Amino acid sequence: MRPALGEIWVYLATTPLLGLTLTLLAYQGAFWVYRRANHHPLLNPVMVAVTVLVLVLTLTGTPYQTYFDGAQFVHFLLGPATVALAIPLYAQWERLKGMLLPLLVSLAAGSLTAALSAVGIAALLGASRESVMSMAPKSVTMPIAMGVAERLGGLPSLTAVLVMSTGILGAVCARYIYRILHVDDYAVRGFAVGLASHGIGTARAFQVNEQAGAFAALAMGLNGLLTALMLPWLLPWLESLLP
Amino acid sequence: MIGGLTLLLVFQLVGEALVRGLSLPIPGPVIGMGLLFIALVLRGGPNEQLRGTATGILQHFSLLFVPAGTGVMLHFHRLADEWLPLTVALVASTLLSIAVSALLLQALSRHARHREDRP
Repeated sequence: MRPALGEIWVYLATTPLLGLTLTLLAYQGAFWVYRRANHHPLLNPVMVAVTVLVLVLTLTGTPYQTYFDGAQFVHFLLGPATVALAIPLYAQWERLKGMLLPLLVSLAAGSLTAALSAVGIAALLGASRESVMSMAPKSVTMPIAMGVAERLGGLPSLTAVLVMSTGILGAVCARYIYRILHVDDYAVRGFAVGLASHGIGTARAFQVNEQAGAFAALAMGLNGLLTALMLPWLLPWLESLLP
Repeated sequence: MIGGLTLLLVFQLVGEALVRGLSLPIPGPVIGMGLLFIALVLRGGPNEQLRGTATGILQHFSLLFVPAGTGVMLHFHRLADEWLPLTVALVASTLLSIAVSALLLQALSRHARHREDRP
């Protein structure tokens, strides 16, 4: 007798193969759609892939942990990919040297704005303490943000979701903000989206322009560094100000 | 490809070891990135292999966010309860931080350029 389809799924779901393959298939599909749509920001591939995966897992009753056992191989690559950002950074080194001070000032201002406005608004509108703490590092690249959230008493897995949402939001909206504010320089555009929207913004910037991508990578790296250093000191003070 | 990947992993490993050893508040991969950057400045750039591997990984950087992002399904309950403060905070803070850093950098770098242009 042939096993039922459900049984095959149950068997496959216990091996890492399924989670890994599903992740790549969902992303490939999402990226295909994104390319067909001429890289339209509203069809961000991360957003589409995650939506598809959540639907598939929910409809088949597969627990997230089972899925992640396979998908962790992709997740792991966040580490070496973060290291690899040194290469586009180096490629822009000549231009960077000339504008080091403006970059650092904008970094400090943007980084503070991202963390403090998120914490302040969420707290004032009545989010729980755990959520507020998970929100604080949301503009920072995922491996850093999850570490910072843990230190602050937030929930790393919730932070991962907020980080993803921030990334998608920034990647989707940046173009419209720049149009309204008349920001044309690709270096400036990349820097701002990398600072606010980390890797997803950086990925988007690379698709638009090589220089924008390199500046986005720079902003992402520096903001990760600054936030990791600053937030554990800043937040206890901020917390005492909030209701 | 393998040579490039090995190099990236070695720098990450050194970064992680430094973070543990000196109990730094910064994640290991960021230290690894900093060290690799310094190495590149000293050596005068990456070799073909490393450049190829890095470009390959970074082209699909956003893929790497998908597994953790799918974790949204663990938080449906919390998101249903707190969707309003979380959404408003996310949207406002993201738009604000993009606008602040873009406008500031644009103004400051124009200022710097003007000063350079002056004889």
